[in-house]
Amino acid sequence: MTVTPVQPPKIAPTGRGVTRSKTTTLLGGAVLAGMVLWFFLAFVATGPDVREVGGELVGQQDAFRLIYVHVPAALVAYLAFFVTAVGSVMVLVKKSVWWDLVAGASAEIGALAAALTLITGSIWGRPIWNTWWEWGDVRLLTTLVLFMLSLGYLAVRRLEGTAEERAKRSAVVGLLLIVNVVIVNRSVEWWANQTIHQRSTIAEAAIQDLKAFTLFFSIVLGVAAYVWILIHRFRLSWLERQYDRFGLDDAIERRRAEATVGGQP
Amino acid sequence: MLNEIALVAGKDLRVELRSRVALNQVAPFALMVLVLFGFALDADRATLGAFTPGLYWVTILLSSVLAVHRSVAIEAGDGAREGLLLTGLRPASIFLGKALALIAQLLAVAVVLLGGVTIFYDARIDDAVLLVAALVGAVIGVGAAGTLYGALLGGQRARETILPILLLPVLSPVLIAATRAFGDAMGTVAVNGWSWASGLYGFAAVYVALGVATHGALMEEN
Repeated sequence: MTVTPVQPPKIAPTGRGVTRSKTTTLLGGAVLAGMVLWFFLAFVATGPDVREVGGELVGQQDAFRLIYVHVPAALVAYLAFFVTAVGSVMVLVKKSVWWDLVAGASAEIGALAAALTLITGSIWGRPIWNTWWEWGDVRLLTTLVLFMLSLGYLAVRRLEGTAEERAKRSAVVGLLLIVNVVIVNRSVEWWANQTIHQRSTIAEAAIQDLKAFTLFFSIVLGVAAYVWILIHRFRLSWLERQYDRFGLDDAIERRRAEATVGGQP
Repeated sequence: MLNEIALVAGKDLRVELRSRVALNQVAPFALMVLVLFGFALDADRATLGAFTPGLYWVTILLSSVLAVHRSVAIEAGDGAREGLLLTGLRPASIFLGKALALIAQLLAVAVVLLGGVTIFYDARIDDAVLLVAALVGAVIGVGAAGTLYGALLGGQRARETILPILLLPVLSPVLIAATRAFGDAMGTVAVNGWSWASGLYGFAAVYVALGVATHGALMEEN
């Protein structure tokens, strides 16, 4: 009787540091060091937003500093969902497992970033717009619906079924996510027909010099942090997948080995 | 193709005719929601009248979640889904047939609800043609999107809880547009209701196309 060779264990036996590599350690170190610098730039080096217009002092004071969180978070959220959409296409076209895991990991970060965008925007809106929430603003409502849609997407990813079934189902929802965001954005724009949202602050040259640099730096930092977390989350998903596929086989194999040691074949 | 669509739609509607779930459960639920809004808004006729379009469409959206559950549940048991696949009908026909049956049932609920808002909220209809046009366009969109997401979740046990969080954000543009169009038709807001009604048909077209394109892939998976 031929014995089928057993798959070697695919899961790293140590519980620690398995998603770490030299690259991610470097990247992570850079992100953390960048955060220290970012903190210094945002709170110490740059001043509050105060301008003199016609002899009167106007500006957003310290609330302005929220821009260093709000803008990077919003950009990362939209970047993350864009990656999810690309991943969804790749899953449907190439049946790619790799892209499926990237799409899922990216959507998780995107949901977090979207939530952070909404929360910081709300905190900023209270002193500046004098309201926590503004129904007339298109970008606000679009981001909120996008956040809700992403929660739906993540819920679909957790549904039961084989890995292939889940990948395909999630990919369809991931693609619909983009279609829906476009529809929601258009319809809300017709509906609200106005926006009190800040226009692009850099384009209007409302901020300059060190403030502009700090904003630019915070965007780069946000994207770097996104990439760093994405890689770790992806590797974790990969290990989870390996565990799902080989975990049971491994366990059975170990039990068999124990039995052999005990003298019984 | 038309025969196939009629076959699937006829099957779902016959099941409904014999079980009367839409008539005996979904429609009473919808009316109950209208009454609850009355309680919540302190039965203030002026307020209810002003917000009738919005309340009406929120009620339709909530009812549609139930109707979609029902539409999926017909195939959930006894390997009926596999049976449907094995009939050799085109996935696009199955999608269109099921969507058509769902649309017919939602239209019936919508008509019952129109009676409800007339009685409970004193709704007046200024422009009946616009109202009907918006109603049909919106219900086609809801039916198509509902059928698509219903197929996506298929026989999943978690369907009851996931369907609302998937479907309701997707339908939020329908709520906006249908409320505006009804507002014009009922004379509560001064907007161009016809442009909103055409937006509803745009939404419906997008979702019918998406459903036809993806239904085959989704049915095999679940």
